[in-house]
Amino acid sequence: MRHDHLLSAKQLSRGDIETVLDRAAALADDLGAVAGAHVDRLLGLCFFEPSTRTKMSFDAAMKRLGGDTIDMGGIDSSSVTKGESLADTVRVIEGYADALVLRHPSEGSAQLASEFVDVPVINAGDGAGQHPTQTLLDLYTIRENAGFEDLSVGMMGDLKYGRTVHSLAHALTNFDVSQHFISPESLQLPRSVRYDLHGTGAQIREHTDVEEVVEALDVLYVTRIQRERFPDENEYRKVAGEYRIDAELLERAGDDLTVMHPLPRVDEIAPDVDETDHATYFQQAHNGVPVRMALLDLML
Amino acid sequence: MTDTELRVSKIEDGTVIDHISGGQALNVLAILGIDGGSGEEVSVGMNVPSDRLGRKDVVKVEGRELNQDEVDVLSLIAPAATINIVRGFDVVEKHRVSRPNEVTGVLSCPNANCISTDGEPVDSHFEVLDDGVRCTYCDTIVRESITAHVSVT
Ligand SMILES: Nc1ncnc2c1ncn2[C@@H]1O[C@H](COP(=O)(O)OP(=O)(O)O)[C@@H](O)[C@H]1O
Ligand SMILES: [Zn+2]
Repeated sequence: MRHDHLLSAKQLSRGDIETVLDRAAALADDLGAVAGAHVDRLLGLCFFEPSTRTKMSFDAAMKRLGGDTIDMGGIDSSSVTKGESLADTVRVIEGYADALVLRHPSEGSAQLASEFVDVPVINAGDGAGQHPTQTLLDLYTIRENAGFEDLSVGMMGDLKYGRTVHSLAHALTNFDVSQHFISPESLQLPRSVRYDLHGTGAQIREHTDVEEVVEALDVLYVTRIQRERFPDENEYRKVAGEYRIDAELLERAGDDLTVMHPLPRVDEIAPDVDETDHATYFQQAHNGVPVRMALLDLML
Repeated sequence: MTDTELRVSKIEDGTVIDHISGGQALNVLAILGIDGGSGEEVSVGMNVPSDRLGRKDVVKVEGRELNQDEVDVLSLIAPAATINIVRGFDVVEKHRVSRPNEVTGVLSCPNANCISTDGEPVDSHFEVLDDGVRCTYCDTIVRESITAHVSVT
């Protein structure tokens, strides 16, 4: 991988992806294999938005590589509340760390940060933009469970604001995958993602009804529909109810269907799905550590 | 050249931007950052009859020769514009505007959640597509009514 920063999944070639996933697979077998590889290196965790999984798994990954992390803390306790610009904040933290992981509520924040610092910037989620490291662990999970040959992947829920979906959709264009997008009309893919997918010649189909497509899928990637995207509670409840999966719905699916979710879920996946062989979301979350170890090892 | 246009004003040295799509003259001035504030003499003809465009706008700026980089961005809102450099009352050079690859600082991103609109120390930056422009920060694509996003400072 020859990138100074990881800002968007659009940057990732098939070769880049395979390099990270292969390294992650080796590490998953033996997390201690590279212990000590990055002693004395510090990773700066800059989370301007709450995060449990992404932040903890970066923290775990860096420590398992023998390095350490420094954390700017929640935004309440940081200088951001005093009105400091992001450009200033990252220029200061650059002096403390060898690489920065940035989560920020505004689209384009990682791009902006990368323009102001010389250390690598890793985008850990920029508003409704991109979340490329989640994509790497999603791809790892897909490869482990379904492979990349002649694959049908469905992405369901909030496709408009869902950054994990935007990144995954871009990355999947590197493989022989037909992509199905399942959402209410008001939450379909944004124009910019559509533009890029069309530009790569990817096969994409859009649906409003999961029942009509679930049978044909190898992977179903479920995302949460947020209350704040709807003008009123009733409309939200109606839509959320339609984009919810349970064990009964999955009876229509192929036996090998892999059900994924970037987590946290609320009620878009019923707990009865957890007991089925389809449920892969906890394994997916665990893959965050070896995949982020591999990425850091390659980038630092 | 018709007499009606020349009657608007005759400049000795400067630039005449001709064949601007009707109604876009003020946006042209906004994009070029010309507001008369530095004392330059500027005259604007709006909706004057034109053989090619039906109606066109014309902008004349005395004492300033606009260069190609400055004017190419005008192609986004006035693709047919011609740039005439005037010296000693005569047109000595004539150029068309061509689509630039990128535009810095002229448009503002319509995405309210874009970091470039959030008081950071950066200029807006757009990649120019065949049929629109795209913010290099948040990826938002603008196709319709680009003129509505001209940042007027
Ligand atoms: N000295 C001048 N002062 C102001 N406007 C001028 C001057 N000379 C030419 N123009 C204007 O510049 C534009 C281009 O002029 P010209 O090259 O003579 O005509 P055309 O492009 O129509 O063949 C016309 O709109 C004309 O009215
Ligand atoms: Zn933008």
